[in-house]
Amino acid sequence: MKRMRPSVETSIESDAIAVERTLAGDREAFRILVERHSRNVYRLAYRMTGNQHDAEEVVQEAFLRAYQKLGQFASRANFGTWVYRIAANYAIDRMRQKKSEDANRALPARQTEDGAEMDLMSTVPDGAPSPERLAQSGQLATEMRRALSQLTPAERTAFVMRHWGGSGIEEIADALKSSTSAAKNTVFRSVQKLRKALEPFVEQRGQARAMGTEL
Amino acid sequence: MKHPKEEELIAYHDGEAAGQETIATHLGDCPECQAELARIDALLAALNTIPVPDPGEDYGQRVWQQISPRLPQRRGHWWDFLFSEPKAVPWYAPRRWAAAGAIAALILAAFIAGRMTKPTGLSTSAAVEQTKVRERVLVMAVGEHLGRSEMVLVELANSGPETVGQKEVNISGEQHRAEDLLQENRLYRQTALEQGDTALAGVLDELERVLLDVAHSPQQVTPAQLEDIRQRIEAGGILFKVRVVGKELQQREESGNAPATPNGSAKSERNKV
Repeated sequence: MKRMRPSVETSIESDAIAVERTLAGDREAFRILVERHSRNVYRLAYRMTGNQHDAEEVVQEAFLRAYQKLGQFASRANFGTWVYRIAANYAIDRMRQKKSEDANRALPARQTEDGAEMDLMSTVPDGAPSPERLAQSGQLATEMRRALSQLTPAERTAFVMRHWGGSGIEEIADALKSSTSAAKNTVFRSVQKLRKALEPFVEQRGQARAMGTEL
Repeated sequence: MKHPKEEELIAYHDGEAAGQETIATHLGDCPECQAELARIDALLAALNTIPVPDPGEDYGQRVWQQISPRLPQRRGHWWDFLFSEPKAVPWYAPRRWAAAGAIAALILAAFIAGRMTKPTGLSTSAAVEQTKVRERVLVMAVGEHLGRSEMVLVELANSGPETVGQKEVNISGEQHRAEDLLQENRLYRQTALEQGDTALAGVLDELERVLLDVAHSPQQVTPAQLEDIRQRIEAGGILFKVRVVGKELQQREESGNAPATPNGSAKSERNKV
């Protein structure tokens, strides 16, 4: 259903009213918040988890937790940003849990020299198609998803929040439950890993585009 | 300056490098670092092209349907149990009707007392204070009810088909909320009528008809049916009336239920609506 889009200020103001009404016992007011912010939270959740099923679970859990913690929410803050952060927190916990379950089923957990989590996927022999084939088949998006899935949950969260969510370092540190310097380092490490995995393909696409041969 | 590290260039791209200006100066003179930054830009731009599936325009409604049964009941106003979910207390349960009767009587008594009691001395000041408290509770309740009704009407007034050729529009969300508001509206209208506030009763009566229309509409309506509902909302100016009365109640609540104008002319103000 098409609705008139309110300005950001109006939206934040009406969010604050809806929060107050919810706290006063009006469940319908919370429905407005859910309907208004679900799609935005879904985009974050999908990018973090990489699949629809998990993303939907993250969205539901984020709003349930928001409802339970609403009393702690400072009404001057932005509800959209707040529920976004709750979703990020839950998504990272969920990814870590899944990874741990997968690792227990497959290989023992390993750590890098600095104690950071090491993704087990990175130990799998590289079965990537050659750059030539990639350029011809236009599978860059598939490769990008694959590279993202090989980041650790913390790296993926940091990358998604920083580069897609526009979150600040302190917000990321809060989601990762780490210091700001550690959060900065995690953002850097995520970009570094993605560069290593994807730059040959991105450069090749650039060359193909320059030559007018990109499919 | 030495070449910035990869970490510094990534931070520079994000606008968060410690020496943002120094790096910018260096980039102006260093083709090598310019190329490195261009590669970082290209990678991040490429990653931005990964599509996210659209969950659909009604996704928020679906999320609500999934989570609402799992939401714990929040302690709210003392009158909320009257309008709680049917699962918790069916509408026909004696407890609900007994409670509704008791509260209607309280509301009626509060209004009559509020309007007929004239403080004559210190001995009656406590009773006056009590009456004010009761009336304030009612004012808040009706004000909130009008606020919720306004939200539903505004959403319907702003609804429309997403695309030119769309044959049906889903208004099930607004419909369910209108159903819930109907019960509440009847109680307030009857109370207002019984205590002689015909202006408020009149507005609530008009609101009830619109809510009834919406509640009895099909979940999927054609654009023509939706237009019909919208015209009925607009024709009587009900949205405007609801806003005016809501605003007046809010002012009364803020001023401790003092009449909006001298001579107790709150009702006469509403009669102008």
